Amino acid sequence: MISFILRKLLLIVPTVIGISICAFAFVRLLPGDPILAMAGEHGVTPERYEVLKEAFGYNLPIWQQYLNYLGSVLTGDFGVSLGTKRPVLNEFLVLFPATVELALFAIILATAVGVPAGVLAAVKRGSWLDQATMGVALTGYSMPIFWWGLLLIMFFSSYLGWTPVSGRIALSFFLRPITGFMTIDSLLYGNWPAFVSALRHLILPTVVLATIPLAVIARQTRSAMLEVLGEDYVRTARAKGLTPKRVINVHALRNALIPVITTIGLQIGALMAGAILTETIFSWPGIGKWMIESILKRDYPVVQSGLLLIALIIMAVNLIVDVLYAVINPRIRVR
Amino acid sequence: MMTDTTNQTIPKAEGARRAALAEFWHYFSMNRGAVIGLAVVAIFIVLAVLAPWIAPYAPEQQFRGFDKLPPSWMNGGNPAYFLGTDEVGRDILSRLIHGARYSLTIGLVVVSIAAVVGIILGLLAGYFRGWVDVVIMRVMDIILAFPSLLLALVLVAILGPGLVNAMLAIALVLQPHFARLVRASVMAETNREYVTSAKMAGAGHLRLMLVTVLPNCLGPLIVQATLSFSNAILDAAALGFLGMGAQPPTPEWGTMLAKGREFISSAPWIVTFPGLAILVTVLAINLIGDGLRDALDPKLKRS
Repeated sequence: MISFILRKLLLIVPTVIGISICAFAFVRLLPGDPILAMAGEHGVTPERYEVLKEAFGYNLPIWQQYLNYLGSVLTGDFGVSLGTKRPVLNEFLVLFPATVELALFAIILATAVGVPAGVLAAVKRGSWLDQATMGVALTGYSMPIFWWGLLLIMFFSSYLGWTPVSGRIALSFFLRPITGFMTIDSLLYGNWPAFVSALRHLILPTVVLATIPLAVIARQTRSAMLEVLGEDYVRTARAKGLTPKRVINVHALRNALIPVITTIGLQIGALMAGAILTETIFSWPGIGKWMIESILKRDYPVVQSGLLLIALIIMAVNLIVDVLYAVINPRIRVR
Repeated sequence: MMTDTTNQTIPKAEGARRAALAEFWHYFSMNRGAVIGLAVVAIFIVLAVLAPWIAPYAPEQQFRGFDKLPPSWMNGGNPAYFLGTDEVGRDILSRLIHGARYSLTIGLVVVSIAAVVGIILGLLAGYFRGWVDVVIMRVMDIILAFPSLLLALVLVAILGPGLVNAMLAIALVLQPHFARLVRASVMAETNREYVTSAKMAGAGHLRLMLVTVLPNCLGPLIVQATLSFSNAILDAAALGFLGMGAQPPTPEWGTMLAKGREFISSAPWIVTFPGLAILVTVLAINLIGDGLRDALDPKLKRS
């Protein structure tokens, strides 16, 4: 097992280096001058420009700039935001829990609804229930989620007034972050109204972000179940006289879940892409909104290190999924 | 799906190809959803091609004093503007019909670029293996490590906002899927006997790659192309929505949504219809994709 993990880690190293080169190169290729961007509307004198250029190392050859960047990243220095003048890593760590909280709720909703829906569709294969479920799933899969979010806001927030339009929690609450998760922090403080407010703010963004993963999980569960239901061991279990419920829940579902777990893991990258749109629509203060704003404002250090951090997290999650997959399915460890 | 490529058996191959096509159509037409999807896409293609003649008005024509009119069946609607007008008095229906041109072109261009680049890279990697394979696939891994939309956004920021650059960025983000798929199929096929016999007959690398192996990987590729088509439309609309795709006043559906966002409480129809158009198009294409997968995947055929 350990050798399996080590081998996976070793394979990742060149990719990680490649990612850091890309993140670095992208930002160098962005049009505009970083020093002029830093100086803002006041501008700089030519002498000051040269001083700044040297101070930030922009006068060095490009490969040396890259090595310097890599060196500082390895010591935990991800640069300073041009907009807020705060370290990028600090900003990231403040905003990251908001995205994780939203993503966790979304993946829980997607799994809790998607897996049973897929199982039901497979068991009742060909029935109107199967067709309806898969029709809804394909519609969800085809959904432009930015529009879907606007529709939900139009209906539930503007028309019915049930849910708040934007943000993480009502402005009247101020909680000093403990974990950074609004729902957990409000409970830790014993502040019940704050917890309710946080939950109400979560509903619509969670639904929007969960839509596509839910559809993918439901479809994948259905096809995995269908495959398993045709296997010999399921027939054996049926022949033994086990109840249909036991055959489906224990014998079939357990084996069908193996590919589904990989699918759920692979949704993490999709969730990050979805978070950019979802957070923009709901003004959710997470890293998706932070990245798009930084790209639009040309905040180079944030774009560069944000890209790097996000890609690293996705790779780490994929690695964990690979390892989990090997744990539940020993067959693939052998190779 | 085997395609016979030896020259002596052309009549037989022709017959086999026709039979395969008939079999494919048989399975495809059994899938009701796929046929509906095909019909919807056909309608959209007709609308797109004939847009200047079908649309009641020019997409950029503004009617002063008629801004934010609701759809004709609602209170205050005007039958002259069936789906209502937007914030500057442009006919929404006309803009949607012209928008179909953009979305279908985006899908076509993006898939063509992504497929050609991906197929070439996948063929090279799967056929030559060794360091060529390692280098190409590592680069694909790197592209796939970034969330696709985020990578496309950064690329558009580098190239400059606009429809052409958005299409290039999306194509680059989608092409690793083609490369991976082709590589896997090529690796599975190159050890087959028909490839060995073609090699013995003296076929060169290019012939082996393009004529012998590639046609036998087509099934999954067609399905992937359909999926990428709908993804391209969605991503381009998302970029337009975020202000990095087609620029106003282009009647691209995503761009129309971005502007209408400010009026969701006063004039909800401005955002409702462009989004609906995106959803219907993408859904129709995905229905076709599902039908193609079922018809082309021999594993599922008999089920």
